[in-house]
Amino acid sequence: MNFQAIKSIYKYEMARMFRTAVQSIVAPVLSTSLYFVIFGAAIGSRITEIDGVSYGAFIVPGLIMLSIMTESISNSSFAIYFPRFTGTIFEVLSAPVSWVEVMIGYVGAAATKSVLIGSIIFITANFFVDIDLAYPLVALLFLVLTSIAFCLFGFILGIWADGWEKLTIVPILVIMPLTFLGGTFYSISMLPETWQTISLFNPVVYLISGMRWSFYENADVSVALSLGMTISFLLACLFVVRWIFTTGYRLRT
Amino acid sequence: MSSILSVRQLGKTYAGGVVALKDVDLEIERGEIFGLLGPNGAGKTTLINIVCGMVNPTYGTALVDGHDIVRDFRKTRSIIGLVPQELPVETFETVWKTASFSRGLFGKPPNPEHVEKVLRSLSLWDKRDARIIELSGGMKRRVLIAKALSHEPELLFLDEPTAGVDVELRQDMWNVVRELRESGVTVILTTHYIEEAEEMADRVGVINHGEIILVQDKNTLMRELGKKELTLHLSEPLPGVPPGLDGYRVVLSDDGSELTYHYDTKEEHTGITALLASLQAEGIRFNDLNTSQSSLEEIFVDLVKRPA
Repeated sequence: MNFQAIKSIYKYEMARMFRTAVQSIVAPVLSTSLYFVIFGAAIGSRITEIDGVSYGAFIVPGLIMLSIMTESISNSSFAIYFPRFTGTIFEVLSAPVSWVEVMIGYVGAAATKSVLIGSIIFITANFFVDIDLAYPLVALLFLVLTSIAFCLFGFILGIWADGWEKLTIVPILVIMPLTFLGGTFYSISMLPETWQTISLFNPVVYLISGMRWSFYENADVSVALSLGMTISFLLACLFVVRWIFTTGYRLRT
Repeated sequence: MSSILSVRQLGKTYAGGVVALKDVDLEIERGEIFGLLGPNGAGKTTLINIVCGMVNPTYGTALVDGHDIVRDFRKTRSIIGLVPQELPVETFETVWKTASFSRGLFGKPPNPEHVEKVLRSLSLWDKRDARIIELSGGMKRRVLIAKALSHEPELLFLDEPTAGVDVELRQDMWNVVRELRESGVTVILTTHYIEEAEEMADRVGVINHGEIILVQDKNTLMRELGKKELTLHLSEPLPGVPPGLDGYRVVLSDDGSELTYHYDTKEEHTGITALLASLQAEGIRFNDLNTSQSSLEEIFVDLVKRPA
């Protein structure tokens, strides 16, 4: 294992993150704060409690997941797409590193950033609403696993994309709708029965549900199923990344 | 002298059927400067990219320091430094950070003294904190060389290293390459500037249509394939080549004032003495003479013009 290479890629990516701190950290925190103001305070004040939790507090786990999913995809896809676009990827491809080291470096840095953003949003949320965190370690587990899984997904997207449009189209047209329809702002149980069934085909439902259980001990689906779905998604992405590097898909001719 | 790179029966056919390399065999000796020449699309960059791991070969093998480039890729790639043809640089990064990043990426522990030495040797030390976007094209080229040297390679590929740089910078780079050779680094140089290979290379390889058509010691190549000519500046212009000189390969200039004789230095008798005697017999006088030898460029053009 080339630990020096992992350290170099990781440090390089983290430095890039701090160089663009406003875009990387301040922007997602600001947008999440706006969600709290609009949905938590303005609209939430007119909504009664959901499953015994005030609406403002209810949306916190969903908002954290919404942010880390979109940020994870955005960060890791850009991290690998930009070197492809500029041609600097040649150095990584010609270096004595395997796909595991490249992945740990890039995805590790992007996931660290996501966990950091998720934590900052959690702290920010405390300024708006009173939050009870029932199982902090489980919340951290979901935060870390979801960050890694979606960073891997973004990594795949960054390698698959052959233009800037493709890089942005998947988060906007696929991930954002799935997240909004995945129970960020409501409980699946509030939907008509048919829509409840349809919602169960949305993988994001399981992630948000799991995170919400770690906060309030209530969930749309069992926490074990949520954990299983998160790990399955992570493993599936890992498998695809391995396939990309072993075949050289879009990287080596 | 042992080979640092052995390419055996290497071939590459791209998706779509373009054959970039055909049965390439090549041995690069440790410590030499090898000039790889070829026209655009000849297969130079494909060959380099295969050895460096960026292109998968269709068939054949390549060994770097005795290690297979596919099976022992960690070992081979840690030995190789690559300066690519284009200028792919981390635009927003500083010179120092990008060179240090390359060193770490290739598995070397931090060594600020070495990075400083490399930057100083390439006249980049004063620019170490400058962002690469602020640098000129020539300086960016130096940054790429610095990145490749930061991890102390034993085998360095320079793919068109002086493309687009001014004459002064080119001379500087030639000096850097010579210093590298003196320090034991093997350099494989591809270039369109034939005088660059003529100036620096110990051996020259010519690749065309994906095939290596010649590998030879540069001086031997120029001696064997180079043509020499003797030009006589006549005292009085001639209306035509006199019948007495019919047996010689002489050409009279359009204005009749110069007589040019082509000869081969490999031949036992160049025929110069006999030609001068015939001129005297014909009463042809000359007031000056000079000899010239064809350049590597002329040899190269002659080689690649041959049918595939």
